[in-house]
Amino acid sequence: MIQLNANHFIYLLQAATWTLLLSLIAFAGGSIVGLAVALLRVSRVRALRALSSGYIQLIQGTPLLIILFLSYFGLGILGYKLVPIVAAGLSLTFYAAAFLGEIWRGCIEAVPKTQWEASDCLGLNRFQQYAYVVLPQAVKLAIPPTVGFMVQIVKNTSLASVIGFVELARAGQIINNSTFEPFVIFTVVAAIYFALCYPLSLAARALERKAHAGR
Amino acid sequence: MSYQFDFSFLADRWPDFVAGAWLTVQLTVVSIALGLAVGTVCALIRVYGARWMKAPVGVYVELIRNTPLLVQIFIVYFGLSSLGLKLSAEVSAVIALVVNMGAYTTEIMRAGIQSIQRTQLEAADCLGLTRLQTIVHVVLLPAMERVYPALSSQFVLLMLASSITSQISAEELTATANLVQSDTYRSFEVYIVVALVYLALSFLYRFGFWLIGLVLFARKRKLGTAL
Repeated sequence: MIQLNANHFIYLLQAATWTLLLSLIAFAGGSIVGLAVALLRVSRVRALRALSSGYIQLIQGTPLLIILFLSYFGLGILGYKLVPIVAAGLSLTFYAAAFLGEIWRGCIEAVPKTQWEASDCLGLNRFQQYAYVVLPQAVKLAIPPTVGFMVQIVKNTSLASVIGFVELARAGQIINNSTFEPFVIFTVVAAIYFALCYPLSLAARALERKAHAGR
Repeated sequence: MSYQFDFSFLADRWPDFVAGAWLTVQLTVVSIALGLAVGTVCALIRVYGARWMKAPVGVYVELIRNTPLLVQIFIVYFGLSSLGLKLSAEVSAVIALVVNMGAYTTEIMRAGIQSIQRTQLEAADCLGLTRLQTIVHVVLLPAMERVYPALSSQFVLLMLASSITSQISAEELTATANLVQSDTYRSFEVYIVVALVYLALSFLYRFGFWLIGLVLFARKRKLGTAL
């Protein structure tokens, strides 16, 4: 049995950088796909709205754990080598996209209808309406809940451990396997997650207060 | 792509999936009920409690909401057993889910309770309602009615999150899937089946909570107004 020492702590911090990297991948990918989901959700074409809402229902009705397994084994079937970070990045991207898409749809719909009408009157086309009138106002509304959702993304990267991606939670398990001190190790792991998430939570709350004060 | 899908394992393994789904339902129903109770009490404390009671509840909520459920489950199952408190996987799962659910419910219920106007409490006083009557009929039920959509989607999220308890080998739906796929090597098919079962469960839960809402908040139905 190995005693816990400083090297274990350094190992955990290194793993935490992988947690951060995976969170960034998930957030970047989720933002791109999520924006598409949100725009389709408010599209004028009924079929596109149905498609996007079906996607959201499907992802929000399935546990992330199962999505991870499906993309891990599914990629294997398609003949790609099983690289955990790819499977984890893809799963979290599609997962985040469903939630961000739904959050952002709400923000787009919260822009007053008169803004659409006014920009119609000015002869802006659909793209110009989005780019210059609606989205800039929607973004302002979207920032607090989006920062709040980033907390969920960071926490959910812990599930990537189940397909063997060595991030913070997996690193904790690995150390535990050699030292058998689960209470100490997982408390430290939890503390590191807390250090990553709590500032985001505080920021989300502060932004929300600021947004309400502005009105 | 030359992959042949093969769902034949369902022929003799379907009882396993049913048993797994049933345990998932049991785990989550118990966790939701207890979590709602914990959350409601904590929310009342956060709004009306004395300062020395508010602080620990605030710490509890922030700690739980800013750490992953997976790690919470590990602390309860592996951590507590290393401290000498041996719990079965199922009991550990329920404890972790209740603690987790309680923190989220606290925040949701707090928003609801804060939306109850002071004048309502004064009116209840004037009508001579006891403290308990006031809390139940004037504060809690109307508060719950306002945040019911948020509550029920949180309940569905908990049901989906209960899949994480498979990591401490609580034999619920996901753990069953892991077992069957390691026996049959049809991993992709197994997880497709389980994903569909979860999807069905989440629709079932949403429908169930909608029905419960109709019964609990009958007044809203009669008046047809949104409070």
